[in-house]
Amino acid sequence: MSERTEIRGARHWRTGEPVDVTIEGGVIANVRPAGAKATTSGAIVEAAEAILAPGLVDIHVHLREPGQSSSETVESGAAAAAAGGFTAVACMPNTSPVVDNPGWIAWLLARARGVRCRVHPIAAVTVGQAGEQLTEFVSLEAAGAVALSDDGRPIQSAETMRRALEYARHTRLPILCHEEDLTLRGQGQMNEGATATRLGLRGIPNAAETVMVRRDLDLVELTGGRVHFCHLSCEGSFGAVRDAKRRGLEVTAETCPHYWTLTDEALIDFDTHAKMNPPLRSERDRDATIEAIGDGTIDCFATDHAPHTLEDKRQPFDQAPFGIVGLETALGLTITQLVKPGCLTLERALELWTEAPRRVLGLPEVRLEPSFPADLVLLDPHASWTVDPERFRSLGRNTPFGGWTLTGRALATWCGGVLTHMVPGLGAEGRHARPAGAGAR
Amino acid sequence: MPSATVETLARGSAGLFLYPDRRHLLGLEGIPRDELLALLEEAQRYRAMLDRPGESTRELAGVTVCNAFFENSTRTRVSFELAEQRLSATAVSFSAADSSTAKGETLLDTLRVIQSMRVDLVAVRHGSSGAASFLARHLEAGVINAGDGAHEHPTQGLLDLLTLRQAWNGRFEGRRIAIVGDVAHSRVARSAFHGLRALGVKVAVAGPATLMPRGVERLGVSVAASLEEAMEGADAVMALRLQRERMEQGLLASLGEYARVFGVNERRVRLMKPDAVVMHPGPMNRGIEISPAVADGERSVILDQVTNGVAVRCAVLLRCAAALAGRAR
Repeated sequence: MSERTEIRGARHWRTGEPVDVTIEGGVIANVRPAGAKATTSGAIVEAAEAILAPGLVDIHVHLREPGQSSSETVESGAAAAAAGGFTAVACMPNTSPVVDNPGWIAWLLARARGVRCRVHPIAAVTVGQAGEQLTEFVSLEAAGAVALSDDGRPIQSAETMRRALEYARHTRLPILCHEEDLTLRGQGQMNEGATATRLGLRGIPNAAETVMVRRDLDLVELTGGRVHFCHLSCEGSFGAVRDAKRRGLEVTAETCPHYWTLTDEALIDFDTHAKMNPPLRSERDRDATIEAIGDGTIDCFATDHAPHTLEDKRQPFDQAPFGIVGLETALGLTITQLVKPGCLTLERALELWTEAPRRVLGLPEVRLEPSFPADLVLLDPHASWTVDPERFRSLGRNTPFGGWTLTGRALATWCGGVLTHMVPGLGAEGRHARPAGAGAR
Repeated sequence: MPSATVETLARGSAGLFLYPDRRHLLGLEGIPRDELLALLEEAQRYRAMLDRPGESTRELAGVTVCNAFFENSTRTRVSFELAEQRLSATAVSFSAADSSTAKGETLLDTLRVIQSMRVDLVAVRHGSSGAASFLARHLEAGVINAGDGAHEHPTQGLLDLLTLRQAWNGRFEGRRIAIVGDVAHSRVARSAFHGLRALGVKVAVAGPATLMPRGVERLGVSVAASLEEAMEGADAVMALRLQRERMEQGLLASLGEYARVFGVNERRVRLMKPDAVVMHPGPMNRGIEISPAVADGERSVILDQVTNGVAVRCAVLLRCAAALAGRAR
């Protein structure tokens, strides 16, 4: 990894203009029209008109550390992120033990030193995510937490949620809400409806999500707190958030690639790789997801990357855990399912993966301009590739997209100027990024 | 593994056992009409054999079957065992209580161990929907679903069809049946839906709204507002078993009210055609989903269902064993 890198002949993600970019000392040194005289030292990457953009940011991943390193580690998760074009992730605290004190935040940040992606820890809202006693929000923020969440174990008590929203005003941390009424979910395993009925699986109604979205909108009105809705999956939630925004409430929301790509019919063969929570919903909800992305109800994308071991997923359906991996398919699913069909421009899609999530968490800006950090992705929006879970950098292979042919992928990723990912065999094709410089040519 | 006996049979039943996955019977969903009718025809032959005391065949000699029951069951397990004995299979059974699952072994590992003892067919009963197809994906042995969660119970579905075939003199087309009670939790109902639909029977379901799964009409049945509406003019009624824990789960008010509103009683039976029959998959809660007078009445074919169960399982075992033999060739 050289100190100095030249990316030549890339297309600027916003203007579409061919540019040459110099990275030096971890930051962007300059950006200029392509074709200007090149410097002679350092690595040279021939971008061949691939698109250069700020690195993607995923504000909802499960890195499984501390405690569940057979599913994923900070290192493997970061490598998966880099392979997917990401330069920053925010990791959820539902680990074992729960990240609910400044010590674990510090531990995670130390653990993340030198991995292939920036890692921003999210702290629990309540001690042990038990939904009762608030954690030390102020100290957690000081230690480096970027948000608060009881993801996976949603706060059932409206009173506790109210107090959390109030107390969080002593920080700049948003509360990321996994919206789910656990009594309505019950023993539910998948979306409630004809497919669940046919498979004889207990259903989770949309209302399990929407009643909590509505509750928390009311609590935001009551407290002036800052809420971000995680992985919204259904029409009713989008409607509620849309109305709230119209009323001027400052809430934000994310959705994930699987909700705009799949419906509950993906579970027809009891495929545990399509088992996630919130569950894949109906066609109508899938359409509503795309609509909510288009009209700005959705503020950013996230993957809800949730790795599990093969053993955990290779069980009868009701015994297998919820969750799928997402970091390495996110960009492909975005371009294939949203950009190619014309639902979204590539520029807007990239905004939703870059600037938008940074705004939601208040992360520092990354622009394609001098002196900004060289957190960059070079991507080919036309590259066609086949998803092979065996080649994932993530330890998790639990994806419903194995064998899918996707369009669009990250060719190379730099984080703080360091090359963290490059598609193998690129140089051999004589196309796109080619690490050159001293050793190469 | 599968013996020459079975190979002979496979040839003898040419046309029936074409698909490679016929070594499994995972559900009735998707089985075409002709194949169902052929299975019933075969089952009827075994029913006749069962009615001749002491008669058995060597049709499954050399075939090893394991009845793996991870959920309590008396009738289904005994029925499988008797069918296996009638056909001279080598059969063993175990139930969850004495299995390794309590020791932390996964379901798949348990079954792989069983398979390694050169078992050809596994009849599996499990509380998880999809457990049978899960095993079928990972095992070489043929898998017969003996009931998986609330998904399917195909041999029960077939015995219900065989019972109706007898009651209806072989004519299914245009008949109407009411299936009433706890549809949500019933694998019996789901297998019945698929089988009956394939044979052209109109199905109406009725029961408490709390036990009626959403989207059930997409399985090709109509939802009636009451038992009376479902049963009016029907050719048969099937009362589903009510698990008492549904009350603790807050899905029902009381057993008394259930019996009054959703129980199959004499008054409701009189709404059906004069020759209509009454079915129940068992075990019955007398006085709850079915009144004793109806259960023991002249319209009841409940004990026929049980006899037919053995016959149907003979036909299914043979079908799966023959498919296995076909694969081995």
